[in-house]
Amino acid sequence: MPGSQGGSVTLRGIVGLLAAAVPKIALPKIALPAIALLAIALPGAGFAGSFLEPAGPIAAGQLSHFGVISMLMLIVIVPMFVALPIVLYRYRRGGKGTYRPDWEFNWGLELLIWGVPVALVVALGTALWRQTIVGDPYRALGPDPLVVEVVALDWKFLFLYPEQGVATLDLLALPEGRPITLKLTSGTVMQSFIIPRLAGQIYAMAGMQTQLNLLADETGDFTGRNTQYNGLGFATQSFTTRVMSADDFEGWVATAKTQQAGLDAAAYARLLPPAVVNEPVIYARFTPGLFDQIIASFAPGMAGGHAGHGPQAGADTPAAITAPATSHQQHDHTPEAAQ
Amino acid sequence: MNWELIFGQIKWTSFVFAGMIENPSLSEAIASGAGSIAVLGALATVILLTVKGWWVPLWRDWLTSVDHKKVGIMYIAIALVMFARAVIEAALMRAQQLSATDGGGFLSADHFGQLFSTHGTIMIFFVAMPFITGLMNYVMPLQIGARDVSFPLLNAISLMLTMAGAIVIMVSLVVGQFSTGGWSAYPPFTGIEFSPGEGVDYWIWAVSLGSIGSTLTGLNFAVTIYKKRCPGMTLFRMPLFTWTTLCTSILMIFAMAPLTAATVMLALDRYAGFHFFTNGDGGNMMNYANLFWLFGHPEVYILILPAFGVWSEVVATFSSKRIYGYTSLVYATMCIAVLSFAVWLHHFFTMGQSANVNAIFGIATMIIGVPTGVKVYDWLLTMVGGRIRFSTAMLYHINFLLTFILGGMTGVLLANPGVDFQVHNTLFLVAHFHNMIIPGVLFGMFAAVQFWFPKVFGFRLHEGLGRASFWCFAPGFLLAFFPLYWLGMMGATRRTYMWSNPDYLPWLALAMLGAVLILAGFALMVTQIVVSVRQRAQLAAPLGDPWDGRALEWSIPSPPPAWNFAVLPQVTSQDPFYEAKKAGTAYRSPASYEDIEVPRNTATAPLIGLFACAWAFGLVWHIWWLVIVSFVLIWAVVIARSFATDTEETVPAATVKAANEAFLAAARAAPGVTRDQEMTSANRGRAIPEALEGRSGTIASGAPVEALS
Ligand code: HEM
Ligand SMILES: [Cu+2]
Repeated sequence: MPGSQGGSVTLRGIVGLLAAAVPKIALPKIALPAIALLAIALPGAGFAGSFLEPAGPIAAGQLSHFGVISMLMLIVIVPMFVALPIVLYRYRRGGKGTYRPDWEFNWGLELLIWGVPVALVVALGTALWRQTIVGDPYRALGPDPLVVEVVALDWKFLFLYPEQGVATLDLLALPEGRPITLKLTSGTVMQSFIIPRLAGQIYAMAGMQTQLNLLADETGDFTGRNTQYNGLGFATQSFTTRVMSADDFEGWVATAKTQQAGLDAAAYARLLPPAVVNEPVIYARFTPGLFDQIIASFAPGMAGGHAGHGPQAGADTPAAITAPATSHQQHDHTPEAAQ
Repeated sequence: MNWELIFGQIKWTSFVFAGMIENPSLSEAIASGAGSIAVLGALATVILLTVKGWWVPLWRDWLTSVDHKKVGIMYIAIALVMFARAVIEAALMRAQQLSATDGGGFLSADHFGQLFSTHGTIMIFFVAMPFITGLMNYVMPLQIGARDVSFPLLNAISLMLTMAGAIVIMVSLVVGQFSTGGWSAYPPFTGIEFSPGEGVDYWIWAVSLGSIGSTLTGLNFAVTIYKKRCPGMTLFRMPLFTWTTLCTSILMIFAMAPLTAATVMLALDRYAGFHFFTNGDGGNMMNYANLFWLFGHPEVYILILPAFGVWSEVVATFSSKRIYGYTSLVYATMCIAVLSFAVWLHHFFTMGQSANVNAIFGIATMIIGVPTGVKVYDWLLTMVGGRIRFSTAMLYHINFLLTFILGGMTGVLLANPGVDFQVHNTLFLVAHFHNMIIPGVLFGMFAAVQFWFPKVFGFRLHEGLGRASFWCFAPGFLLAFFPLYWLGMMGATRRTYMWSNPDYLPWLALAMLGAVLILAGFALMVTQIVVSVRQRAQLAAPLGDPWDGRALEWSIPSPPPAWNFAVLPQVTSQDPFYEAKKAGTAYRSPASYEDIEVPRNTATAPLIGLFACAWAFGLVWHIWWLVIVSFVLIWAVVIARSFATDTEETVPAATVKAANEAFLAAARAAPGVTRDQEMTSANRGRAIPEALEGRSGTIASGAPVEALS
């Protein structure tokens, strides 16, 4: 498995064993159609570009995990819905049940009501652990990912493509089938970035960097947005994720390079005042290292001390980012980690 | 004289009505309307008090009282008034979201931001907290056979600080704006750079006052339970409500501190240019998230545990049966209390920490589900072998069991980082926490009102109207929140004043209908109280035991005398009063009476509350002279009080004896009523224990349980 956790092999072994013991393999297969059926049966149930209609392995994993957990939980839910009406009927005042005002304990029942939830939590916990590791947003989904740097602004997102040298505002163009690594930061307050059909949320915070790995296995336009309230324009802070075939993506990049506008520090500064962007903007080029400069701008004193330490973002090659074994060092939020 | 020196940053435009005059719109009109209601409400209260000549009794009998019972009633009064405001705000938000597909709607984005922030802040800090605190205040000392809490004056001060916080938040309706940062007020959005102005300051100081009040309450109650139990009341004989009060108090002591720290640090950022949570210069908002949720998660258990206590009392009483698995329930409660400090990170799985950290906190969260599940099934088993009466309180309990367990299921879902990544910050989350808080805490408190009202005021509440209100509230809740699960899964974000997705509309319409039902339920509840006051003669139950109760509070008159117990009771078992009734030893005259010391009324607490309110207001508006003067006055009052020596008065034994013997004689003379007559005017509060009645079925105490079905 890529991105293996150094030192926790034993733990994972145990967890893996436990997981194998849990008869949960068949569940996603039941759960998915169940949810889908439910959805279709309900009025007006457009999925509205949500994770109920996943377009990539990460969102699909999240949906099926949702199904697994829901099904497992029925083990404690259903008995209540069955037993309560019976008890109420039998033991209502005037009912047939025998009145035992002093009855207060029974070991068998006690073991049952503690034992079943404990066993259930073991099963749930195992499923949780496995899904959390597999679905770790920091885990690269394959070699040679396309790196896109994301800057959350008020009330728009800026996307920088270091490999291609182009940038966009409120439009995330992606190739189908190629692993994507999004590196996120914020030029303003904290935001939460999501493209529901592809992957779940991750926060973008000023002066820090977070990561979201995803992969699209369908082409099309998917909505992405910020989910963390950040003022008046929050409601409309969404963007289009346009997934295209690899060739179309090359074509898109080529067209992007023919655009007039470029993004330098001054142009970036003009993006900072809060505003909603109605039409996506495409920049033919941007100042290399802009992403790291944005991060560093929030901690001038600190970044200064490290300025000479290594290549800046301009030198960010995909290879430098994918080294999966070190992924957990990259969880570090300090500005230094951005280098 | 310089305007700013006197009035700080208040300007004419700060008043809510200025917005209406300067740029009239429906949104502004609603803001002005709310402001007017606040002003007119205050004015109407003043006029009423003046006309009726109630100022003196209000001051003498209530505000200066340190009696835990009156303090408790005042807490609950605050909760109900604040609930009225916050629930109307909720309905406004619902209406806005329904009417606002693709723009439109009638509220501005900013007004909507203030609404969800005040709604959340008020519901948590000034509805749920005062409600549980008031209830614990009233009931816990009675259940442990005590005459008051350990520190009665401190108790009154906690109340007045909470009241000061509530007033500050009400003032924000009229003067200035409130924060748009939500109830959690995450920086850097709430920092001075992104939220200049007074809004966040209102949030900071209102919440700080409330949280200091709650810290003091926690200390007070924990000490009371440790030190003031009557003879024989060992820990494992305490009623379950008292147990949950103890756990909640301990949580309050430890959990409120991080909140106070967080609000004070945020204040330092905003007022003094510190950089705890700012974007640059070494600030880091992640510290705030950790501090806030280090409070925030235990907080939800602070709220739910007392409600669990209520459910235990209600289900045992209305099943006329011992609670099933008492010990198990106690340990489950303790487990929950301890574990609640180990899961806070589940509120920000999305912050980018490693998968291992997320998994550990996710599993810890699921583990809390175990003791909670146990409790739910304990309540179910309590009914087994009982004789269940479907009173209003019991209806709430049944509704609780069914809905709470569903909320638990979605809680377990949210404990999975992979699921949370998708539904965090969506209406799914909003549905989940309302699903826990409304059927669990809020309805728990409503059930408590139905249950203990006759104890507090000496007459029962009108049962028919109680049921009517239940039948609005319960389906209202389902309609208002279950569609939100689905909306959240479809991607509808929280705190959003409009979406452009027409698919959301039918669900939003259902939710609106639910909100309307909830409002109707509340209106019926108010009606129920008014009608019951009018019919108090028919509903009177002065003999103290209208429900065939089990714990000590039912053994004394309703309403209880200032000293609670004429003679401190001797306890030899659980459910002491029920056992005494069965053994025929209830209502016996004690051998002798003694003088009783009760604390004198004092103006200390209301003065501290008043100055704390002025202090907070001064801070919000940067009126520095007011800040300094009121701060000095607060401490002047404290110091002055520390010189007072004559703080207690003595109730002579003869007075106690006369009152108590009269009560006992009346109780002994009264014909006991069976449970059939419970809801009739024959029920004066003297119960024939169900276990002695032998009406249907045979009494087979201690026999093994028969299998279900
Ligand atoms: C009784 C009926 C209630 C209704 C109809 C209602 C409705 C709402 C609505 C519409 C929101 C905004 C959701 C959004 O962000 O889009 C909300 C948020 C919230 N409500 Fe309620 N609510 C009710 C009761 C309560 C109660 C009893 C509590 C707690 C004791 C509570 C606590 C909260 C909190 C903490 C928030 C989050 C505020 C924020 O986003 O910061 N609510 N509620
Ligand atoms: Cu929590």
